[in-house]
Amino acid sequence: MKDVTTRLTAYWKAAALALVASVFWGVSPQPAHAEYGDVIINNYSDAAGMRPAVFPHWYHRIRFRCNVCHADLGFKFKAGGNKITMAKIIDGKFCGACHNGEIAWSVENCGLCHSGKPGTPTHIHGSTVQRLVAPTYKPVQQGTN
Amino acid sequence: MNKTIRKVAGGAGLLAVSLALPMAAVAQAVPVTSAEVTGSTPTKMNVSNANVFNRLLKKETDPNPDPWEDGYHDPENEATHALQPPKVAYEGWPRTPFGNHVDWVKALNDGLINPRYDRVDPTVEPLVMDLDIVRPVRASVPDVVFPHKPHTEWLHCSNCHPKIFIPQKGANQINMSAILLGKKCGVCHGKVSFPVTTKSCKLCHSKPKPEDWEPPVSEASLKNPWR
Repeated sequence: MKDVTTRLTAYWKAAALALVASVFWGVSPQPAHAEYGDVIINNYSDAAGMRPAVFPHWYHRIRFRCNVCHADLGFKFKAGGNKITMAKIIDGKFCGACHNGEIAWSVENCGLCHSGKPGTPTHIHGSTVQRLVAPTYKPVQQGTN
Repeated sequence: MNKTIRKVAGGAGLLAVSLALPMAAVAQAVPVTSAEVTGSTPTKMNVSNANVFNRLLKKETDPNPDPWEDGYHDPENEATHALQPPKVAYEGWPRTPFGNHVDWVKALNDGLINPRYDRVDPTVEPLVMDLDIVRPVRASVPDVVFPHKPHTEWLHCSNCHPKIFIPQKGANQINMSAILLGKKCGVCHGKVSFPVTTKSCKLCHSKPKPEDWEPPVSEASLKNPWR
């Protein structure tokens, strides 16, 4: 086995790795998923040494209709597009309109929002684009399968 | 010749079945190997693994996992364990086979939830408009009926008009590619509200085509020199 490995060129190593990876994804059960619609916001968190914030859409939908945040509070329909910072939140903007100790729990509960795995990029979990078999944001290479 | 062979084979099969019937009880007692149970075929080593079943089919194992097991929340963060699991919140709700796996519109209409329309005042009622917009589509799928009612129960007019949809007949070009990429209906559908899947097509494409409707034949077929 050792002999075989040493004889492999870099190209074949990469090809073997890709094959192993594709087999792993094809056969093994999918890893666990966050809830559909959860927004992971990591514009500044990682850089500031905090876990990324996870916004559970489902939890808020049970308590508020969409218009409250997306019309009245000015949240754009874009993950990470609102450039939310703690400075804005303590000034009563965005999350701070409710998370002020009056309507909802206050900002000292850091870990309730900043609960994502470090290094997770900003995105909406389970979105259609994310679930596509072939990614749409870069050209598909023909003949690699 | 072939027919005779088949007849003989069929007769032999019938004979085998009739012989096996009295022995069915005995056969049940024979232990079954795990390979037979799962239906998997034993593969030889050193053979390409490209021919696995469901190679590109991604299946969700648990549609509503607990936050500390969902792969996105950090289980090392103590506060993660204080978060409410979605399963608890969805108990007794109507289910769907996509999205959050619950029917939000039905849950609202059935009074299972009553989310606020105003940040502070729970008595504010939404501005509901009951107007269906029919959009005929070129493809063979049923035409689209857009119902304003369930949308205005959740949203304000200004959420969609005029930025996403120009409130004028014929002014909005919509196609499935744009929706899948998060434009038009895809601003919400496919991210938060029910997504585009084979099982949800008919939620929008709900008006059957007229009886005499025929799919338009593509030009390449009309000009096909080999037909």
